[in-house]
Amino acid sequence: MDTPLTIKETQEGLLKGKFTAVGLVDSYLERINKHNKDLNAFLAVCEEEAYKKAKEVDERIKSLKEKAFTDFPLLGITVSYKDLFLTKGVRTTAGSKVLQDYVPPYSATVVERLEKAGCIMLGKTNCDAWAHGASGENSDFGPTRNPWNKDFVPGGSSSGSAASVAANLTLISTGTDTGGSIRQPANFCGVVGLKPTYGAVSRYGIVAMGSSVDSIGHFSRSVEDSEAIFNVTKGEDGKDGTVKDATFMAPKAKMRLGIPKEYFIEGLDKEVEKAVLASSEVFKKEGVELVDVSLPHTKYAISVYYIVQPAEVSSNLGRYDGIRYGKDRGSFGAEAKRRIMLGSYVLSAGYYDAYYLKAQKVRSKIIKDFEGAFAKVDAIIAPVSPTPPFALGEKSGSPLQMYLADILTVAGNLAGIPGLAVPSGFTKKGLPLGFQLLGPRFSEYVLFELGKLYQKATNYEPKAAF
Amino acid sequence: MSKLTKKDVEHVARLSNLKLTPQETEKYLKQLSEVINYVEELGEVDTSQTEPTSQTTGLEDRLRLDEVKAERTLTKDEALSGTDKTHNGYFVVPAILEERSDK
Repeated sequence: MDTPLTIKETQEGLLKGKFTAVGLVDSYLERINKHNKDLNAFLAVCEEEAYKKAKEVDERIKSLKEKAFTDFPLLGITVSYKDLFLTKGVRTTAGSKVLQDYVPPYSATVVERLEKAGCIMLGKTNCDAWAHGASGENSDFGPTRNPWNKDFVPGGSSSGSAASVAANLTLISTGTDTGGSIRQPANFCGVVGLKPTYGAVSRYGIVAMGSSVDSIGHFSRSVEDSEAIFNVTKGEDGKDGTVKDATFMAPKAKMRLGIPKEYFIEGLDKEVEKAVLASSEVFKKEGVELVDVSLPHTKYAISVYYIVQPAEVSSNLGRYDGIRYGKDRGSFGAEAKRRIMLGSYVLSAGYYDAYYLKAQKVRSKIIKDFEGAFAKVDAIIAPVSPTPPFALGEKSGSPLQMYLADILTVAGNLAGIPGLAVPSGFTKKGLPLGFQLLGPRFSEYVLFELGKLYQKATNYEPKAAF
Repeated sequence: MSKLTKKDVEHVARLSNLKLTPQETEKYLKQLSEVINYVEELGEVDTSQTEPTSQTTGLEDRLRLDEVKAERTLTKDEALSGTDKTHNGYFVVPAILEERSDK
């Protein structure tokens, strides 16, 4: 059977009896069994749990009919969770050997909310260990491959999540974005990825990386679906003190979109640049005004990020001592060790002011840049990554080169603002292209409106790699 | 520009509770130096009038009631479920004190 590609298609099919939830699980598991060997997108497949939930879904639709979908907005929607999300009773590794036998005794808030809304968990997805990476190659369980071309990386760190959606091994997936780890793999895999405002979605029960920048989001094939998922995951849970029930900005009838010149840097791939500018022209045709804006401190974002983030990593990974759970610190991979030591260094006596405090000050400047830009425009359009997907192994020899892959995404994390990655087409070689929309804090619904406008104007058809 | 030394790497490894082989120390010395040298560019930015930012929410002192709630509490068995090294319902930890040798 052809698996549906959107939430609407899935739920209509279930309601009209075109297929059952059990039947859906059958076909997803068949696809996973067939393709996961090549892609290495899943680290665990939850067959038993998936069938159990699918039967409940079918029962619910039988008894409640249409009302089932009002009470359970994501009823029957298959989901895979980045292996950083704790799932009660289901192994959660964070992509690291340290946690290779760890079975958590509770679930993340986001997992609980999605399950409660009716989602069917298919499994846990591969990622760069501890979410450290931009290619998926830092996973202790082997790299994930890009479904559009298996010689290329799917991006990272939410590598398996993006790949599982692109390869149609699940309808939706979750991810975390600390420096670009949702937007960049979404971009490399040709799917929609949302990095929400810092403080919009709870981090409770998700393996922590950089606590002032970690943002909890998701992957889908359409902007409409991304919004439907966000409606379920957002909001206070009483367990993460940084989350607040905010008043979200509403989209205006007439909107302005900023083009920041600092994001069209030297070294930006020509095809990427052309695609983003072509997408901005689509907005213009739809009546959105394009405005040149400047974010002068963008070029320092990567340096700020590679001080602040390792500092927070060194603290967060301090808890892994092999006593209460997990293996001891000898099991950390090379990238985790590098970041822990880098963090310890910038925080250590004699260097704190020169590195950490300095970075926090430049972080203020980056935030000021965005505030200045958002005084003139409702959102910003920019490339996600300076290049299309790169080949496996191409950057894995040099940590610094890999860090520079985050150059266009990290500023958004430092400012705590939302970003939406939207696919826009393919390179001559057939690899995905796209753009990101960035907005002020709590402007998610403005970004969704713009994203939907774009997908409507371009007659976007959700599709899978195969 | 500061120059990272082998001694620095050994020092931060100790602060980080990581054991490195001599080969690893050499490798990380080179890789960490590259990153440290790169981030030195922040020295160009005038921040004499700038306050540091440690978080972006603007929220301060968010408190909750000091109460026990089952939904955010683990049972003893759940709390101990991550390790085999337990004793009478406690975690077993490595010894940090040694027996006196002068007795």
